[in-house]
Amino acid sequence: MSAPAPGCDKVLLVQAELDGELGAAEAAALAAHRSGCPLCQKAEAELLRTRALLRGEPYAAVPEAVRARVMARLRQHETRLAVASTMVRPGRRLWLWPSLGGFGLGAACAAALAFLLVLPQGGDLAVAVVASHVRALQPGHLEDVASTDQHTVKPWFDGRIDFAPPVRDFAAAGFPLQGGRLDYLDGRPVAALVYQRDKHIIDLYIWPASTVPRMGGGTAIHGYNLAHWTQDGMTFWAVSDVEGAQLDEFAKLWRRGS
Amino acid sequence: MLPHLDAAYNLARWLMRDSEAAEDVLQEAMVRALTYFASFKGVNPRAWLLQIVRNTAYSSHALNRGVETVPLAGEHEEGGIDLADHGDDPEAALLRTREQCRVRTLVAALPVELRETLVLREFEECSYKEIADATQTPIGTVMSRLWRARQLLARAAAAEGLP
Repeated sequence: MSAPAPGCDKVLLVQAELDGELGAAEAAALAAHRSGCPLCQKAEAELLRTRALLRGEPYAAVPEAVRARVMARLRQHETRLAVASTMVRPGRRLWLWPSLGGFGLGAACAAALAFLLVLPQGGDLAVAVVASHVRALQPGHLEDVASTDQHTVKPWFDGRIDFAPPVRDFAAAGFPLQGGRLDYLDGRPVAALVYQRDKHIIDLYIWPASTVPRMGGGTAIHGYNLAHWTQDGMTFWAVSDVEGAQLDEFAKLWRRGS
Repeated sequence: MLPHLDAAYNLARWLMRDSEAAEDVLQEAMVRALTYFASFKGVNPRAWLLQIVRNTAYSSHALNRGVETVPLAGEHEEGGIDLADHGDDPEAALLRTREQCRVRTLVAALPVELRETLVLREFEECSYKEIADATQTPIGTVMSRLWRARQLLARAAAAEGLP
């Protein structure tokens, strides 16, 4: 193999320009040089030919069978990690949230979910909501303001967020408000309200709706149920491990606005 | 990491030059990634995953087997070449497909450090910085490796009579 840049020391810059690595000023300086340098002109022509050669190469997606085997292996491994991490924390309160199973398991689930879903990348908002919910279920992460009083929770958001989220308590209907916190979803800070239904936690994420109103609907991911609707210019995502019917009931209470 | 599974698989295939060995590397790399994900503090998960794939491939005994026996050329699974994509003329399509196979063989024959650099740039469309991160190599070396890889490829293609 010969020296990387035989002839003219600018050929690597020619290459960098074709690779989209040069800023405007660098590119302009290079263009000035290249117009008087036959070596760089030749290099550019060659590089373009090589690129054309490779352009037809089909990009193979992971075959379904391979993907399935990888997922199976990861699930197996994830379970092992989860078990291992519950075992290394024997002194902790393992049953803070009975629905979840334990601190270590929660942490491991959150990590695994984040891993599997990573990171926004045009990713599905619903999965991001679930990942955020699971993260929040870890001790100390659930509420920034713990109060069953909507008149305490609502003003807490003032100055912490650039909109005023509606805050309501549905204790009479069996969904008592527990508090609220700031979270981050869809590329912006959002309000999260925390409700309890029996032993289950419901997170309700609220932020100003985008211009396109989206249809409400329910779905389920990784065993968590989701309800989503827009109302009064806000977008709402409710997520919990309560039954789908109960979450729908919760969503209906909200939409009725009573 | 799952959004980057295709990229990981492609890099593994190009490094291992054999789909079975590539799947082994992919599985192993994803398990490692899951294990260490909690300690990942970087900003570029794709480059991080590609680096794990590459390190896993390098620690595999199968890395430098396979080129003479099973080049990737001609090996198509689901998602491989679709003849109908290349226009209406079946003859031209066939010719184009043959050409692609030969190009692939030429890339597969490049030394591994040139091959990984070229593949990351051309097929994964990584930036120099991302390639430097994934291959743990200074950017200057990335640039000269790319240059050498392209020179070798151009020369080999010319010798093969490819356009």
